[in-house]
Amino acid sequence: MASTVTPASTGSAASPPGPSGSAVRLRTPRRRHSPGRPRRSVLLTVLTGLVLLYSLVPLVWLVISATKTQEGLSRSFGLWFDGDFALWDNIAETFTYDDGVFARWLLNTLLYVVVGAGGATFLAVLGGYALAKFDFPGRRAVFAVVIGAVAVPGTALAVPTFLMFSTMGLTDTPWAVIIPSLISPFGLYLMWVFAGEAIPTELMEAARIDGAGEVRTFFTVALPLLAPGIVTVSLFTMVATWNNFFLPLIMIKDPDWYPLTLGLHSWNAQAATAGGQPVFHLVVTGSLITIVPLIAAFLMLQKYWQSGLAAGSVKE
Amino acid sequence: MTTLQPPAAAEPRPAPPPAGRDRRSWTGWGFIGPFVAVFALVFLAPIAYSLYLSLFRDQLIGGTTFVGLDNYEQALRDDRFWAALGRVSLFLCVQVPVMLGIALLVALALDSGRLYGRNFFRVSIFLPYAVPAVVATLMWSFMYGTRFGLVGDLGDAFGLSLPDPLSPDLVLASIGNIVTWEFVGYNMLIFYSALRVVPHSLYEAAEIDGAGQIRVVTAIKLPAIRGALVIATIFSIIGSFQLFNEPSVMQKLAPNAITTDYTPNYYTYSLSFSGQQHNYSATVAIVMGLITMVIAYVVQLRGMRKGA
Repeated sequence: MASTVTPASTGSAASPPGPSGSAVRLRTPRRRHSPGRPRRSVLLTVLTGLVLLYSLVPLVWLVISATKTQEGLSRSFGLWFDGDFALWDNIAETFTYDDGVFARWLLNTLLYVVVGAGGATFLAVLGGYALAKFDFPGRRAVFAVVIGAVAVPGTALAVPTFLMFSTMGLTDTPWAVIIPSLISPFGLYLMWVFAGEAIPTELMEAARIDGAGEVRTFFTVALPLLAPGIVTVSLFTMVATWNNFFLPLIMIKDPDWYPLTLGLHSWNAQAATAGGQPVFHLVVTGSLITIVPLIAAFLMLQKYWQSGLAAGSVKE
Repeated sequence: MTTLQPPAAAEPRPAPPPAGRDRRSWTGWGFIGPFVAVFALVFLAPIAYSLYLSLFRDQLIGGTTFVGLDNYEQALRDDRFWAALGRVSLFLCVQVPVMLGIALLVALALDSGRLYGRNFFRVSIFLPYAVPAVVATLMWSFMYGTRFGLVGDLGDAFGLSLPDPLSPDLVLASIGNIVTWEFVGYNMLIFYSALRVVPHSLYEAAEIDGAGQIRVVTAIKLPAIRGALVIATIFSIIGSFQLFNEPSVMQKLAPNAITTDYTPNYYTYSLSFSGQQHNYSATVAIVMGLITMVIAYVVQLRGMRKGA
């Protein structure tokens, strides 16, 4: 941080740091040092670079390790390639091991994400729109309860939810994972803030005067304006569902309904058990395959989630 | 995400609509109804059921009997529960400040505009957030491991005998490192987003007054993002108290260092799914939930009051 300190100016507006001093040149240095375009600092870049390394090195390790055979993993240095380049073999083996159960897990995860995260986004968009644009009885109560619920530890709900679902016969079915995924209090909050700013009430009025019903007003007027917020919320609900571990761990016993996270965990547990077949190279390769889609989604949709988050903080 | 304040503080009431249109009506329920229905099913019902369960005990002799608050009394005297709570509290006191500190410094560095390649930094540091906790834990555990891990390699390379990160003494710190890695970028992004909307006119005014960078940070930037700081702290506290994924995945690789009652959540999980003590498990979960809510609430009150 020390590098950000500019030399102390002499304390008067007439002599800001930089080659100035005369009234005529006063404007130039001020513009150059204005918050928009300050001087770049190598030291600060290097310091932040340390955090960058910390963030990226494990991912680099994962990519490199996915190219190694089981023996290569223990034989070679972690951050460099082994002699054999086994990435394609590893990927093929990951998808064929144990009758291709990994492909099944991938499809399960996709199902949970599409229905669970998709549904969560849809409910959050509808709810956020209602909170932002309608005054209805119980509006404040709804908001207070939902926000209060954020503080309830999700795992505190797990045992009773499991018991409830088990009496309803839902455990060991996809519904046990999908239904709890449908609620995203954070998504609701984000959509509420976003809808409040993105949809001019006059536009809704105009649509109503033109004879559009509420449903039609929502789909034709509101929805297009909400698009950036919707992308943001779907990304975050998608990450939450894709990464979900605790919920499937308690709900699903049948490996045929495992999502990727639980499947990888079971492979790892199998490898760590005495007498189990060690498949660490498959755990590593499977891990890489698991994170690639999400990272790709985040990289491709940067523009949206960054603007969406910025909107979320406007209400400070 | 950035505010848990009651709506009154965060949101101005919509301006009165012209000419009496848009009266208070039930129309809004058509839109919020589905959310509320599912919410009741997956949040409210389990909480109510949990409370109900906690008042009963399932015994071999006599079946399920109403025991009043006995389960709560048992939980408050339960050494395993307190040990687990102590562990996550220690974790909270060390890991959360470190993580939020790094996140804040990076956010300030990005916001200062003095970095080369700012976008690259922001996106790259955020990326670990997209990595599932299970994968992050597996990855780090392999790196920690002596068998084919980086720690072992580095030890060999420099001829040192590095301590084993999966040993009982160090495993909590190792978990802290994993959690920090996962969430530094996420918190950084929250802080950064909040910093972006601070009006630039404030900086210009400060500069005219001759304020240095440090002074701008402490006098303008930090107060301006107070809300984001409080929210990130609350979320991190909740996250620490809920710690489960990382220890439960690591347990397979370090069974000697991590017991099945390592964190309160791991304890309730083991009680319920290995021990079949559903009633007591629900009780421990409620006690933990209450502690979490009280602490989150206190942090919010204190955080919002200062300078408000």
